[in-house]
This record gives sequence, structure tokens and C-alpha cells, in this order.
Amino acid sequence: MASLATLSRRAPRLFRSLTRSVQTVADSTQPRDAPTPSKPFTVRLHDDTFQGYKTEPPSLDVEVNKDLLMDMYQKMTLMRRMEMAADALYRQKLIRGFCHLAIGQEAVSVGIESAITPEDRVITSYRCHPFAVLRGGTVKGVLAELLGRQDGMSNGKGGSMHIFTPSFFGGNGIVGAQVPLGAGLALAQQYTGKNDVATFTLYGDGASNQGQVFETFNMAKLWNLPCIFICENNKYGMGTSAERASANTAYYTRGDTIPGIQVNAMDIIAVHQSVKFAKQWVSDGKGPLLMEYVTYRYGGHSMSDPGTTYRTRDEVQKMRNTQDPIRGLQKYIEDWGLASEDELKAIDKASKSEVEKATEEAKSSPIPDMNDFWSDIYYKGTEPTHMRGREREEVHYF
Amino acid sequence: MNTYQAVRDAMSTILTKDDSAVVFGEDVGFGGVFRCTLGLAEEFGRERVFNTSLTEQGIVGFGIGFASMGQTAIAEVQFADYIFPAFDQIVSEAAKFRYRSGGQYNAGSLTIRTPTMAVGHGGLYHSQSPEGFFMGASGIKVVIPRSPIQAKGLLISSIRDPNPVVFMEPKILYRSAVEQVPIDDYSIPLGQAETLIPGTDVTLLTWGTPVYHCETAINFLNAPPEGLAKHVPESLRKARVELIDLRTILPWDVKTVEESVNRTGRLVIVHEAGKTAGAGAEIGAEIQQRCFLRLRAPIQRIAGWDVPNGLAYEKFHIPDPVRIMDGLIETLSY
Repeated sequence: MASLATLSRRAPRLFRSLTRSVQTVADSTQPRDAPTPSKPFTVRLHDDTFQGYKTEPPSLDVEVNKDLLMDMYQKMTLMRRMEMAADALYRQKLIRGFCHLAIGQEAVSVGIESAITPEDRVITSYRCHPFAVLRGGTVKGVLAELLGRQDGMSNGKGGSMHIFTPSFFGGNGIVGAQVPLGAGLALAQQYTGKNDVATFTLYGDGASNQGQVFETFNMAKLWNLPCIFICENNKYGMGTSAERASANTAYYTRGDTIPGIQVNAMDIIAVHQSVKFAKQWVSDGKGPLLMEYVTYRYGGHSMSDPGTTYRTRDEVQKMRNTQDPIRGLQKYIEDWGLASEDELKAIDKASKSEVEKATEEAKSSPIPDMNDFWSDIYYKGTEPTHMRGREREEVHYF
Repeated sequence: MNTYQAVRDAMSTILTKDDSAVVFGEDVGFGGVFRCTLGLAEEFGRERVFNTSLTEQGIVGFGIGFASMGQTAIAEVQFADYIFPAFDQIVSEAAKFRYRSGGQYNAGSLTIRTPTMAVGHGGLYHSQSPEGFFMGASGIKVVIPRSPIQAKGLLISSIRDPNPVVFMEPKILYRSAVEQVPIDDYSIPLGQAETLIPGTDVTLLTWGTPVYHCETAINFLNAPPEGLAKHVPESLRKARVELIDLRTILPWDVKTVEESVNRTGRLVIVHEAGKTAGAGAEIGAEIQQRCFLRLRAPIQRIAGWDVPNGLAYEKFHIPDPVRIMDGLIETLSY
């Protein structure tokens, strides 16, 4: 009986902590001082925005300004429009193969980009399209890559998961394989004496159970690498919910000796604040940090997954209606009197037409040159004498 | 110099000339299990020569990341038998980084050193030869040296080669082979086989440790010792065997082998890995296609058995001189 009593006493607390851990409200931030369009002002994040593990969480007070928020809004709408265009192209059977969209997760990529510099490095999983654009690429370059065209950012050789820029080390088709690479990037930064820069290594809640993720945590902590691990927890690893795949779903606590922060990543201001915190963390020489970004994807894992067999349509609809990161930011901008609804609509419209234009340009990009079929396998001049082609007579001599 | 000293000398040469180079792996800090990195940490600093945790997939992935930033990464996987956890990183990431990024990124400055082949008592997990598993991974190179001079020259080439290289060192040769190794910086080109003994009647192709068994087998054939004499027909004792060391397994030197087989009409391939789908299968298939009308006997593969490499049976498992000699006789008398 005694144990039962303890249990019943604990139950409400357990329940509360669970509800806290899924804090994803997109519009709960309140202004501290009167927001003005002309100068920076401070806002206060919701009390449950961050959870800390072996560290104090970041401050809830964030200094923002109109330009920053408007820029975020513009980029988020552009990213969503781009992913929607990819969705449409896929349904038209113009994009073939694999395609993972980040609709619903825009606050992650745009929020990270808002607080890092071109000197920082980013590497992520297959859900990589927004980073490719934000880190120096173009919408056209991404869409053309998805279409397998010459103007694609990898000349059409990569496709959806394989898009790179000089500061973005790409998506990756193997679940979790980018994580040790990220530690290697961070070592190169450390080795070459680049202080104040970090590598942001992203992976999903599904990948968090891969062995090499833990191998990497260990090395990163052991060598105090400037590596910020970000577990993008969109609550489903492919078609399995986090609770059914992970014994410990508090992903920010899974770095053992690596301190962690859980972040409500539906609120882009929270993401921005967490990245500023991480940058400071690295500058202070504190080594790796593990951040869990709680987010949500509206679509399926990939285009071949309708995304409704393992969760209800109501759940998706509810997230869309009440916790959308773009609508959340829109509400801030309007409520704080920084811009009118019409101005925001104009931004959205501009994003839409930019994507439409990029889509047409991507579609008219030529099919890759056949000579590229053979290039970039070995460094030019060090290839084997020949390689076999698609059919008997097709042998390419270097 | 021993082979392990030659390997160390190669890394020392690189570390001296290339500031971006680092050496890492399990226990390399104190010299490594085969002493190949002995004293490097003291000489070049613990920031450049350091131990990793026991995490092969992590080591290779980490090396790819480091290399893709333009730094020189020399990673050690302690035994080739332990390379399998890193297989994904090598085949999916290192080999394809250049292609999938349309040439923007690569892991070309990554070299993975790993001891391979049998020592006579390594057993299941310390005597395997996994080179064949990598043959389909276009984008990487696989190199196996036969001696100290070769090891140093080929390792320097591998590290400087702008493609990721898996460099497999036959571990029994670390201490059993001694040569006068030049202390200068020199290199031996990759992708080129070397004809060690010219001949006219049969081509004997191999790499790594079995080079020596092949040499013994040729001697047995030409001048059989008393016990073997009755198995070697008189007519074959004057046969001239052409011995070729392939050196680079991927991409392999088709031209040299093809040219040789066109002259001799016979090919015997020797490797320690199992016969089924070993490197010899690919080489044999390619050569029979190219030299079909010149062949006077079926291509013969003398290889390990298709069974796990059991401790007690290791001496019977790997191709020894007698088995190789028998293969030569069978091919010559076909």
C-alpha cells in the first residue's frame, strides 16, 4: 500500500514533466518593454521554453529587433514555399526517388541560420533543403538538384539528400552517418586554431539510437570539440513515435557527460536564443553541447509516406492550426506592431513568386552532361584506366 | 628497416612536411599494437598523434569530416578484421563524397591504415583479408604492400593521393621482412602492378604476404626438394613462371596483367581471402573476357577456404607454397 501511495503521489508530477517536455507553442513569447520598429527591444520566452541538463538553460529574455524578425519571416515563408514546390514537383513525377520535406520544421533551419556566421559549419541529415539555400545556395539550385538537372547544386548527381555549400557539409542519406563527420569538422576547426566558431551537427530523434551517435558524443566530449549536437525531435522516426523507439525520449539528456538543453523549436525566437547560447558556450571553451529541438513535421517522413498511418489527421491538423512556427512569428510581428498583415502577406507573395520563378528555371535546366557520369569518382588524373558503363559496349576510358 | 619501421618512417615524413596531418586510432599514442606509430606522439606532439576510443565507425567518420576540411587524416583501424563496423562510413561516405557533392567536397586526404592477412595464429578475427569486400566501392583505393621499401613508398603515395585510400599492411611482414629502406621522401605510384620475376609460361598474380609463398612455390617447381619431387613432372620443371605483385587492389592494373596473360596464356591468382567473391573472382572474370582466345588453361584461384578462419586450422587455411605449386602444375599441365 505504501508503494501505491508513493506512486499515486508521484503520478501527477510525472505527468506534468511529460507535458512540459512537449512544449511546442509557437506564439507564447511576451514583450518585456514596448516593442518599436526602430530599435532593439527585449521579449520574454515562455517559462517552459528551455530545459537544462547539467547546465543552466539560456536566459528567457531575448533581445530582438524588427529587421531580425522580418528576415526570419521572409526566410521561413521562402523555405515553406520551396518545400511545397518540391512536393508538387514530386506529385507531378518530375522529382523521382527520395525526397524528405521540412514543412513544419522551418524554425529550426532559419532559427539556426539567424545566429551563426559563414565561418560556422553545419552538417545534417537527409532533411536538408532549407540549409542548402540558407547557407549560400539558391532555391533554383535545390529544386534543379531534386530534378536531377545540370543547374542543381551537385550538378544533378546528388539529388535530394546530397546538397552542399562551402559552409554546409550536406545532407546525408545514411541515418546518423553525418554525426561523426561533424565531430571531424569540429576537430579541424579546433586544430586550425579557429576559436569562436562551431560545427552544428544535426540528426533526428530516429538517428539518436544509432551507435555511431554515441561513439561521437564520447570523442567530442573527450577532446572538448567545438561541436553543437542538435537532435531535431519531430516526434516520429520514420513511422515510429519517439516513445516507441527510445527508452529515453529526453534527447537532450542522452549525451551522458555532455550538457544538454531542450528547446521549443516551434518558437523561432527560442531557437535563435539557444543558438546564441551555443555560440557563447563554444567561445567560452566549454566544448560540445547537446540541444534537443522539439519540432513537428506536417508531411510524411518522405514523399512515399502519407504520414497518417501512425498518427491521426487531427494531430497534424491541430499542430498546423495552433503551433505553426510561421503563424507564430506572424502573430508576434503583428501584435508587437512591427508590420501589418498586408506587409507580411506581401512578403509571402514575394516568396511564392520567387519559388515559382525558380521552379520554372529549374525545370528548364538541361539534363546533366553525359561526361559527368564519369567525373568526380576519383580525383581528376588519378582514375583507373577505364570504368564500365551501363551496357556492354559502354566503357569510358579516362 | 622492418616493415613497421618503414610505415612509421612514412608517417614521420608526412608529419614533418605537412602541418595539417594528424595520426589517430586506437592506442596509436603509445606506438600502436604493432609499434607502427612508436615515438610519433613524442616527436610531433599529442595534438597530432592521438589515441581514440575503441570506435571504428567513429574513427573513420571522424576522419572523413576532418579530411573534408582540407586536412590530412591518417586513421588507423587496429586490425582489418575490425574494419567492418566502419564499412558504411568507408563505402557510403568516403567513397562517394566527391561524386554526390558534384565535386565540391571529398575525403581525398584520408588514409585508413589497417593490418591485414594471417600471422599463423590470429584466428577468426585477427587474420582475415577483407580487401575483396571493397572492390565495388569506386571512389576509394585499396593498397597492399609486400615489403618495407614498398610499404614506405606506397604509404606516402596513399597519403598524398587525392582520393581516400585503405592501406592494408600484411601484419606478419611487420617484423619478418627487412630491407635497406631509403630514409628520404620517395613514393611508388598507385594503380601499378610490378613484375617481380619475368616468365613466359604462366602468370602468377598475388599481393601482400603470399608474394613470398609464391616465390617459394616457383622454387619448388623448378627444383623440387626430395619429398616433393615425385609430384612435379620433369617436363614442367623448366617452366618459367612470371610473378606479378598487384600492389593496388582497387583500381587494379588491368593492363599489366592482361599483357602478361596474353603472353603466357595461363593465369594463377593467389590470395589469402576466401575464394568465393574474393578479389581473384573479379580479376579472373575480367581477364578471361580480355584474353579468352589466348588462354590455354582455365584461370586458377588458389585462395583461403570458404570457411571461417579457425585458430587451429590457420596453417591449412591460407595458401601455402605447396598448394600454390600444385596449382601451377595443374594449370601448366591442363
